[in-house]
Amino acid sequence: MGNGNGNGNGNGSGEMKKHIIGLLVEDHPGVLGRLTGLFLRRGFNIDTIIVGSTAKPGVSHIVISLRGDDKTLEQLEKQVYKIIEVLKVIELSSGSVIREHCLVKVNSTPQTRQDILTFAQLNKGNVLEANANSILIEIAADPAKIDDLVEALKPFGIKELSRTGINAMLRK
Amino acid sequence: MKGTESILNALIANKTKHMFGFPGGTVIPIFDELLNYEKNLRHILVRHEQCAAHAADGYARASGGAGVCLATSGPGATNLVTGIMTAYMDSSPLIALAGNVPTTLLGNDAFQETDMIGVTLPITKHNFQIRSANNITSTINNAFTIALNGRPGPVFIDIPKDVQMNQVTNEKPTQKLGGFAPVRKGHPEQIKRAAKMILDAERPVIIAGGGIIISNANHELLRIVEGFNIPITSTFMGKSCIEETHPLYLGVVGMHGRKTANYAVGNADIIVAIGCRFSDRITGDVKTFAPEAKIIHIDIDSAEIEKNVRADLPIVGDAKQILTELLDALKAHAKKGKSEWSKKMEKFIKECDCGFDISNNPIDPRKIIHELNKVLAPHDIVTAGTGQHQMFAAHFLKRSLPRTFISSGGAGTMGFGFPAAIGAKVAKPNSEVFDVDGDGSFAMVMQELATCKEEHIKTIPIIFNNSYLGMVRQWQELFHNKRYSGVRLNRTPNFARVADAYGLKGLTVDRESEINKSLKEAIKHDEAVLLDILVREESNILPMFASGTTHTDMFGGCIDAKGKLI
Repeated sequence: MGNGNGNGNGNGSGEMKKHIIGLLVEDHPGVLGRLTGLFLRRGFNIDTIIVGSTAKPGVSHIVISLRGDDKTLEQLEKQVYKIIEVLKVIELSSGSVIREHCLVKVNSTPQTRQDILTFAQLNKGNVLEANANSILIEIAADPAKIDDLVEALKPFGIKELSRTGINAMLRK
Repeated sequence: MKGTESILNALIANKTKHMFGFPGGTVIPIFDELLNYEKNLRHILVRHEQCAAHAADGYARASGGAGVCLATSGPGATNLVTGIMTAYMDSSPLIALAGNVPTTLLGNDAFQETDMIGVTLPITKHNFQIRSANNITSTINNAFTIALNGRPGPVFIDIPKDVQMNQVTNEKPTQKLGGFAPVRKGHPEQIKRAAKMILDAERPVIIAGGGIIISNANHELLRIVEGFNIPITSTFMGKSCIEETHPLYLGVVGMHGRKTANYAVGNADIIVAIGCRFSDRITGDVKTFAPEAKIIHIDIDSAEIEKNVRADLPIVGDAKQILTELLDALKAHAKKGKSEWSKKMEKFIKECDCGFDISNNPIDPRKIIHELNKVLAPHDIVTAGTGQHQMFAAHFLKRSLPRTFISSGGAGTMGFGFPAAIGAKVAKPNSEVFDVDGDGSFAMVMQELATCKEEHIKTIPIIFNNSYLGMVRQWQELFHNKRYSGVRLNRTPNFARVADAYGLKGLTVDRESEINKSLKEAIKHDEAVLLDILVREESNILPMFASGTTHTDMFGGCIDAKGKLI
């Protein structure tokens, strides 16, 4: 029966907002596949996703940031919760500490080196490596702060940039 | 204990008495072990793995328990896919087992290796790959727990061949699943609110979905309908949840639904939807769906609430439990007599009875259903394929007990009806099982006549043979200027002779006077009998509304008891 009109999800008409959700999941092979497969099928776009360990053995922590209207997000949270290995879904969009880690490698010359080091310092970046042609800086900060540093470094020529995506935790 | 013993012990411990399967390289150890378990576990050999899955699904739907199927790796396992997807769409508790290459070869593209975990990911409630014989029991126990509880659904289990052959040395105990805790009990305040809304309503309508049948909530439902005079419609999956001759039953709702049902939903001020997911075939255009109604949505799957339509009052939980409490909450108030609305609906239902006897030459497909209704006992089961014949059954077939009408609703799987009938017959050997089927649908699975013959499973496939893929032809007629493309079947093959080739009785019926006689003859016979009934080629199933339109846009009308269009 190949007739009829599709009416996909994730296309709610409400205001597109940035959301962050945290998941506690059982540390089994394939959990991430189940999760990303679900996002793909239901038409949700992930901005960032990180996975790591928790204090409890066998339980992993996943933080996802994405844009969507409230209705879409609510539907997504319910769908995610249906995955058997998902133990808990936590809304982290408000009332939480938000951090991201970034590594950036910038072109440097004897003329620009000092400026780069100054920008790094002013933006709370750490210099990890420096050689004749480049400087490697790390920064762990609010994502907007990372944006600022990246913007400041752009004129010097960014050779490589790697951001982890958002990590978050409720303040209380 | 060997892995294979562990597998079969765990299946039996989870009440498996029958399984449907087809062997191959990576499941030979399991088939070998089956010989030692013949007394406790009957394996039914099908002729195509897809039918093993459909038969297990039909078994599950008829029995209310889980259905189990088994296939080899690679093509055997991928042949299960349509059946698993069908079970997934209709929330049926299917346990699908497949072999795989030994763990040492996994990921090497070894002979008949397929990543079935990846393949079945979007069409199962959950899936497992067992990598140690010690985990077999706990995994199978968990698979049954997941398949049967909450909103049921299929679970796929991948068992590499070495795991089957290894010894169980240190069996892992079955632990509670941390992330699986279906809500059963509805929120008491929400239930009280629902009771008040229902009592205050002027034009209430119940939409009963497949969830009523799954949770065995039909008695509670009936008490609410009768105690408070609420007209009731069902989704296609909810068909048979209430006696269909009940004066308040409006028929099936939706695109190919009854005019009575669609009228009631379109004009209701309160809709109580229970165990239904408001698919597009039910709602049409969601923006104009039930414009005047407040919607009370009861479902065990919270993700169904507000997925497709608004819910003014959601209640998450098991239908039987919630309806029991809702009934108590309603009883706190006086019984409600017949309202203007319920009287009007009763009158409408009577006028649009559809129990008419159409006489035509060539045979009108509705005539077959009319004759079938006459010979069916309440416990008999009718399955259906997908297409016009299925919708004729939805409209005109009258069932009175849950689990006596089985068809692929959400998936619309052609070829489901016949293997599902085989599964249903195995589950309910004392019921006659009829398969209302199309010439297109049946031809996809007709090799299962061999299963009926060899395993002594008596089914009665009834082919509505219009020599077309009728539903697509109907859409081409109505929406594509009669440009018929890829739909002509031209009465090939001769189905009665096909049955004959399998050593079974096949009857070709081309006069309506013979329908009743051939049905009775089939019932009397102790083997499967195929009825090939040649019907009018270009008959349409009407009324309907077109995709993306709404209930009040129905065309084609209904016919009253005298054959008059209303």
